[in-house]
Amino acid sequence: MMQSAASSLSTTNTSNKTLRWLANTLYRKDNLFLLLLLTLPLLWFGVVYLGSLFALLWQSFYTFDSFSMLVTPDLTLENYRGLFDATNFDIILRTLAMAVSVTIATALIGFPIAYYMTRYGSPAEKGFFYVAVILPMWASYIVKAYAWTVLLSQQGVLYWCIHHLGLMSALNYILQIPNIGGNTLATSNIGRFIVFTYIWLPFMILPIQAALERVPTNLLQASADLGAKPAQTFRKILLPLVFPGVVAGSIFTFSLTLGDYIIPQLVGPSGLFIGTMVYTMQGSVGNIPLAAAFTVVPIILVSIYLAIAKRAGAFDAL
Amino acid sequence: MTIAVEFSAVSRHYSDGKQIVRAVDNVSIAVAEGEFFSMLGPSGSGKTTCLRLIAGFEQPNAGSIHIFGKDATGSPPYEREVNTVFQDYALFPHMNVLDNVAYGLRVKGVQKSESYKRAADALSLVALADYGLRKPSQLSGGQRQRVALARALVNKPRVLLLDEPLGALDLKLREQMQLELKTLHRKLGITFIYVTHDQSEALSMSDRVAVFNHGRIVQADHPRQLYTEPKTSFVADFVGTANVVSGALAMQITGNQQPFSIRPEHISILSNSNMANSGIANANTAQNQMMQIAGEVVDIQYHGATSKIEFDVSHDAFTQRLMMVLSNTEHTEAELPQVKQKLMLCWPKNRMVMLETHAND
Repeated sequence: MMQSAASSLSTTNTSNKTLRWLANTLYRKDNLFLLLLLTLPLLWFGVVYLGSLFALLWQSFYTFDSFSMLVTPDLTLENYRGLFDATNFDIILRTLAMAVSVTIATALIGFPIAYYMTRYGSPAEKGFFYVAVILPMWASYIVKAYAWTVLLSQQGVLYWCIHHLGLMSALNYILQIPNIGGNTLATSNIGRFIVFTYIWLPFMILPIQAALERVPTNLLQASADLGAKPAQTFRKILLPLVFPGVVAGSIFTFSLTLGDYIIPQLVGPSGLFIGTMVYTMQGSVGNIPLAAAFTVVPIILVSIYLAIAKRAGAFDAL
Repeated sequence: MTIAVEFSAVSRHYSDGKQIVRAVDNVSIAVAEGEFFSMLGPSGSGKTTCLRLIAGFEQPNAGSIHIFGKDATGSPPYEREVNTVFQDYALFPHMNVLDNVAYGLRVKGVQKSESYKRAADALSLVALADYGLRKPSQLSGGQRQRVALARALVNKPRVLLLDEPLGALDLKLREQMQLELKTLHRKLGITFIYVTHDQSEALSMSDRVAVFNHGRIVQADHPRQLYTEPKTSFVADFVGTANVVSGALAMQITGNQQPFSIRPEHISILSNSNMANSGIANANTAQNQMMQIAGEVVDIQYHGATSKIEFDVSHDAFTQRLMMVLSNTEHTEAELPQVKQKLMLCWPKNRMVMLETHAND
């Protein structure tokens, strides 16, 4: 027994020594340490993420034989040309218009809320707002989308409210506007727009709030001190400094709307979105190459958007 | 004499949930036009809040503020003829230096070319003429300080408010900027209101200094009066170094409990004083007006031109330490006393300043 105790003591000693040797080596050769730390994440990023993106891009050049419904690896630009067919281009424009309007709406609604949270909210109010903003994200996205179909239906809460406010004629007027309206709220573009705006709003509020939090109060005071009226301070100081946050939020709302394929199926008029088109093409039709080409569209649109934002100086204050 | 800024019984209170913090408590003061007026005090004494009240970033809960005779109470910052140099400069990070300086003119509707010309003039006033196209982040602390100064001055304010503007600079740069500010003040002739916690800065630059403590002005006076005739032990102690004597020792020396202060430079060592007998004496020698006390050297600090020597003069009835200063040009190292050495100290009676006793201090 004595012996075993002694031997276990010596093994802990040697394992301690090995550990220390390892720690010291890693401390001296910090490049090795960095390599060990980064190998797994880099593999993930390089192979799984960039790899699949590249595979997607590659497949968008494959040929789809509409007669045999088979995909052959013959490279062609046919899929990209197909994007500009009237029906397909309509899908892109429809999705883009929705993404832009949802982004503008979330920014307009989100900014005042974020502003109130940062500048006026007491710590308790701030906590309440955080929970209120994040809470909807705890519920399943599909559940929320379905819930809205009920809210927007003709027997739903929204109709009931509008009816009792005596605004039915106004609603009917709006629903008659081409491209925006429809038979009912649930089957109109405006209904779809309301649901999108609701679902992506937190993604706009949080980055704006973070950007506002980073603007020192004394910059606003300095502006007022130099004679700027509140509107001037807002336009010349606050907005330029918070704009990167608005851009960050809008990248979320813009790209999430561009890629969504659930809400367009549940709410709003018939007519495909980019997301639903991809879903149909790779699912029931099996035209993977065209689906891949469609997927490239949001990537290009977001890249163009970022380039414009950069040129507009959105990242100058970073 | 025109009065630039006048506080009449101004109070500013905060409520942090449970208790009320009196940041500024019933302050009345008048600053004359063209004056270099300093507000001196420890942190949390209300001096910065007073400055913010003048700038309009905060509004008083009671009392009124007049700027050049006009009631400014309740008016927003952008309607006041004052400009502020902020402690951490508050330069706009998304604008270059020239745009920063021109900002005040641009928002007031001055033509673009005209405002840039005046901004360039203001920049050359602070010796930064070539830095207009840089971003604030590309400047050093001292340069940012000058830009902040130019940005305020370009608006030709009648009162310039400076909130610890040199606090973040190192000693050499600070001394240089003190000199430049003083020169600028003389050149422009406008009112400077300067907040600082650095008593030597306040003494060397100001025409008048208001010493703040607990949200009140304890004493407002010319630097020389403030130093030679402090009214309370707080002022005596905060402005320069002072030996504040109170209680039993004061009783023995002056015959009553009222505290008094004696500056270190007025204390000297009695020659041939290597004597062991302790106690206090009214030296009835040739200099009839000298006070004497025995003490033991506790510590000697070398400060270049001077040495500070701390004495323990405690006795059965009291505990007291006294600080004195010896010039190193007049005394060689060998002439300095040694730690633990017992010596006789003396000071002229007329150098003692009687202090008011305030419950507040």
